[in-house]
Order: sequence, then C-alpha cells, then structure tokens
Amino acid sequence: MKLPDLAELAMRNLRESLLRNSLTTIGISVGVASLVAMLSLGIGLQQLASRRLMKSGLFDTVVVTSRRDLRNFGHEEEHNGPTPGESRILDESVRQQIERMPNVVEAYPDIRFITELRYDNKPHMTMVAALPSSAKSNDAFESMQGHFFSSDIAAEVVIQKTFAEELLGKTPKPGVDDTNVAQLAAPLLGKELTMRYAQRQAPPATVSTASAATSDNDEEDDEDDEDDFAGAAYSVVSRELKLKIVGVADLDPESMRGPTRARVFLPLKLAESLHVMQPTDLREISRAASDQPVYSSVSVHVKHPSQIRAVEDSIKKMGFNTFSILDATRSLQQFFAVLDLFLGIFGSLALAVASIGIVNTLVMAILERRREIGIMKAIGASDEDVKKLFFAEAGAMGLLGGIVGVVLGWAIGHVINFGTNIYLNHQSLPPEHFWYVPLWLVGAAILFAFIVSLLSGLYPAGRAARLDPVQALRYE
Amino acid sequence: MDLNHSQQNNLASSTNPAAIHAESLCRHYRMGESVIRAVDGVSLSVRPGEFVALLGSSGSGKSSVLNLIAGLDHPTSGNVVVHGRNLAQLSRVELAHYRLYTVGMVFQSFNLIASMTIAENVELPMRFAEVDRAKRDHLTHEALTRVGLQARMKHRPSELSGGEQQRTALARALINHPKLLLADEPTGNLDSRTGTEIMNMVRQFNQQLGMTVVVVTHERALAERYAERLIFLADGKVVGEEVNPALTAAAEGARR
Repeated sequence: MKLPDLAELAMRNLRESLLRNSLTTIGISVGVASLVAMLSLGIGLQQLASRRLMKSGLFDTVVVTSRRDLRNFGHEEEHNGPTPGESRILDESVRQQIERMPNVVEAYPDIRFITELRYDNKPHMTMVAALPSSAKSNDAFESMQGHFFSSDIAAEVVIQKTFAEELLGKTPKPGVDDTNVAQLAAPLLGKELTMRYAQRQAPPATVSTASAATSDNDEEDDEDDEDDFAGAAYSVVSRELKLKIVGVADLDPESMRGPTRARVFLPLKLAESLHVMQPTDLREISRAASDQPVYSSVSVHVKHPSQIRAVEDSIKKMGFNTFSILDATRSLQQFFAVLDLFLGIFGSLALAVASIGIVNTLVMAILERRREIGIMKAIGASDEDVKKLFFAEAGAMGLLGGIVGVVLGWAIGHVINFGTNIYLNHQSLPPEHFWYVPLWLVGAAILFAFIVSLLSGLYPAGRAARLDPVQALRYE
Repeated sequence: MDLNHSQQNNLASSTNPAAIHAESLCRHYRMGESVIRAVDGVSLSVRPGEFVALLGSSGSGKSSVLNLIAGLDHPTSGNVVVHGRNLAQLSRVELAHYRLYTVGMVFQSFNLIASMTIAENVELPMRFAEVDRAKRDHLTHEALTRVGLQARMKHRPSELSGGEQQRTALARALINHPKLLLADEPTGNLDSRTGTEIMNMVRQFNQQLGMTVVVVTHERALAERYAERLIFLADGKVVGEEVNPALTAAAEGARR
C-alpha cells in the first residue's frame, strides 16, 4: 500500500475511536511535554551559566606573560620552546601583533600597581588596575552605581564597594554581604581622590640615544656592557593625580567574577599615559629607554571561547606563556551533561508510560477490528499491509502527541519561568531567562515520540498481521 | 482432419487446464483431543468460465472448501490448483497476491467495512493493489454504476438495504478483474426477490466477463436455477454431482 493511502486509512481509523485515541495521544503529549520541560530547563540553566561566565570576561580571555617573567601557570612551557633568558619581551609591538591575529577582539596590557590614594586627607593603600572600555559590558559592572568612564583617557575612577566602605570609614561585618551600594555611592560619586604614584621617566636625551643604540643590537650586549647597562637606567618620580569617582561597583574582589582583584579601576589609556612603575621595569631595566612600553602581562580578548585554544597556540608559538580559565569550564560542561542526562531520563519516564498506553490502545483496536482485519485479508491485503496500517496508526499518534507535547512543554516552561521571575522580583532580584527550547530539541522530541510510538506499535502490528483471516471473519 | 464445433469444444476443454482442480483435499481441525474433519478428501475440478454450486447442509464442509479455494486457509493435506498454481505451496505473500488479483469473494454477511462509505469499500482492494488515485475513482464509479449504486456512493453500509450491501460487495469483488468469483451463501441474508436479483447479477458477470463462479449454498432450487453443475457435500466429502444440462448447453453457447 502506498504511503498516502496508509496515512489516510490510519487517520480514518484513529477518528473512528476518537476518544480513546485522543486520550492515548494526550498521554504521549504529556510524556513529550515532560521531556521537553526537563531538557529545556537543563539547557536553559546551562545557557544561563554560560552567559554569565561569558559576560564575566574570564572565558574568552587569554592572559599572556613573557617567559622572562618566570611566572608560569603551567610547567609544560618550561620544557618546551625558548628558555626564559632567550625569550622575547612582552612589549607594545608584541601586543599589536597579537591584536592583529584572527579571532582576537582586543589585546590590552594588564596595568596594575599598589599605590596610595588620598580621600578627605586620609591615605588609603590599595591595588589599582586599568580597564579597557570593552570592560563596560562585563557583568561585574552590571549593577554599578554611577557610570563607567566617560572616555579612555578621562581622569576618572570606578571604585569597588569595599573600598567605598573604607573611604567612608565603615567596617563591614565579616562574612555578611549586606552592603547597599546605592547608599555607599551617594556621598562618593563626583568626589575627588588623589592618587600618588611612582612614574618611570626616561633618562636625559644623550643617555637615551646611547641606550637606544645598544638595545638595537642584541641581548648579549645588555649583559656584556656594564657601562651601557648603567647608562640605560631611568629615573622614578613621585607624582600626584586627581581623579573623579564616577562609579561604585557591586563587585566582590574575592570572587573570580571580577577581571582583577583590584579595588580601584582607571581607564586604560590614562593608566598607560601615566607610565606608572611596573614590576617588569626592574627586570627589563636594559630596555628602559626604549620607546616601546613593556608589559608584565597582556590580556587577549577572543571573539568566542571556542577560539581560545587556537589563539593560545598561536601565542605560544611566538614564545610566550599563556593562561586561560577555559579548562576550568570543562568540569562545568560535564556537570551539565550529566544533569541533562538525568533530566532527560526523568522526562522520558512519562513517555515510557505513554508508550504502554499506545500498546494498550492498539491491542484493543485489534480486538475491535478483528473482523475488519479479516475482511481486508480476504480482499487481498497482505500481512505487511495490515502491519503497516497499525504502524501508521501508532506513528500518527506519536507524531501528533509529539507536536502537541512540544507546544505543551514550551508553554509549561514559560509559565514556570514567568512564575519564577515573579518570585525573583519579590526577592528584589533581577529576572532571569533560564528556560530555553532550542530548535533541535523540538525536532528531536517529535522524532523521539514518533520512534517510541512505532516501537510500541511493533507488538500490536505483528499480532494483527498474523491474524488468521478465516478465524477473523468468523468473529462477531 | 475435419472436426465439428462440439468436438472442437470438447478438445479445447480437455487440453485447457482446469480453473480449479482439487485433489484429496483435507482440512482437519484439532479441538482438544478430537479431530474435526471439515474437509475430508475432496477432489473436484472446475472448468474456466464454469458456474458451479457447492451444495450441502450446515457443517458439510462447503464453506471450508471455498476458503481453501480462496486461499484464506491452508489444506492439512492434498492440493488445490487454481489456474496452474498449487495454493498449498504458496507463501503468505503470494497467497495475499492471489486473493488480490485472482479471486473475488462475496459473503453471506456482506463483510463491508462499516466505517467506510460504499465507494471506499469498493476502492479498498485497489489501494492494496496500489492503483493510482485518479484511476481508482474512475473504476469505483464504473463498478458501482454496474451494480446500480452510483447514486449511493457516499453512503455508509448501515444506510443501505441488504441487497444494496451485497451489490456493493459484488462490485468490490470484481474491482480488480479476478478470474474467479467465490460466493459463500450470497443470498442467505436476503429475501427471495433480492436474492434472485443478486444471483442474476452473478450470472451476468459469469457470462459477460467469462469469470469462473463457485457458489456455496444450501438452497437446491437456487443452485438449479443458476449453476451448470451441482456438487453435493456431506461430512466433508463429495457425495454427488449433477450436471444441469439446459444451463450447460446455454452456457457453452454463450461462451462460444
């Protein structure tokens, strides 16, 4: 029998016992809905976590350090590639080279230093870090009071809430995070901080030229020529800069979410222009007079976490050490894979129950339509035709149940998401979208329901096909 | 050699294979300890285009013989050869194919599918034969017109009289142009007038389309009116045979 005829006859038969077949189909729908609901929850939560992690900026960032730094995150590099002494210096030209790499969004130097900031004539020591303008979209600054830097060179700072507390002379309770950032920000926004810092200055012009000439040669010159070494020195000058507080970030410096563990943030270009003395300056003293700024580390922002590995490999080939936190997400992905599996199994249980319903319905249909099967065989239907007809009926119920189930599951998900957001709102928490039904799940759920239904139809279809036509025709 | 018409015909009949040839046909059923011999060594032969009646009382085995000829049942022993094919040796698929293309069946209780319209009932064997939809519609209309039911195509069997239902069953039996029409008590559920109407139709198809007809009945009068040959069964055995000379001659004339 041709497929359209099979489908037509199957639909006709399903319509004949409308109530029973509808109930069976609803059973399948509930099964599929529960499967879709469970998996959508798992996928949604995974996406929420991924989204959060992506926004944290940790997962699409590679930290590049020079091997001269002797600050390896892994030990592999120590045995491969150039020795620390032979390796390149992480300077501006390298940063630009990295930034030109495919899939790299930006590469910015990691400028950080511990210094003194004066507020209200009181000194406060803290770590200061520079931030590129792209950090604005980082979720660390999502619930920030005030605003992000008005420009990359503005004399502005964003301070972290614990530093704000320190400035205001408040002492937070240990272990309790009940800080109201808005209350902290109100007296501080627009106020000035005075930062004292150590500025590295180039030596006088004559010395500078001499040292530039030597640095043009080769590295061994640096070690061999003691006079040049002395001549290439730089001076350090104490400076002061007035900075306006524009934002107070609700960022826990102890957590991994923050891009740095600093408590005061400066615009990157401004920080660069300050030439604040960096730890690397001491090591690379021979290059102090070079025009190229030297960095202790460079953060490389990659378009997508999937490209991290390729970018890391390219940078390693250049002879630098790299570190990314992406490896840490592997255990997270594994956790979600297990969670999805369990949710899928629980969701499938309802479908398994529904499949028993299909078997029951079709076995009942065989009993009811025993004579009809006999007639069909008497007028020329083969065993295969009868089998296919029952398969088609099972498949139609599965397909229909699958479609209705997906819609139902989607609706349930939205209701749960909506209800949860009401609860979150009640708890003064921002709404979250933790529900996601991907297109593949829609297709897979319908296909799964269809296959389960066909499997359920195996036994009834086989039984119907084997019916003895003479016996069936005698049946009243 | 100069042969007259009758001699030529006899020669043709003897050289032509029989439409149906059953030899020592047995169908035994086991019921607990006892064996029921529904068909017990039946041997018979039916010529192509012949109209034969199987007569006997209830339980004589006439319907069982018909089911064996129809390929609905397998013989316990013996052979039934229809148009050169031994049904006992056919697989289930081949038997289904045989029932679809070689045999048309009509039953006492009509056996129409109640959930389908009469047009759909008539069309059903063509669905199994995978005939194109457009062709199916045309052939269904033609078949129902032949039995005078073209105006009732959209009706369900329950909306039809017994005679109309049997006419529908006849239209369905003939839709794939079978060589053999097997009728099991076709008038059993009908009044005499309607029964006569149905039997006239069967005779008409036998004569016009040249198909072989085997009718199972317990009404001798009816058999004598339509069948060229009457085969009597009792206790699963052939107990007698009568030729209806008037009808045989007429039928031979019609076939010539």
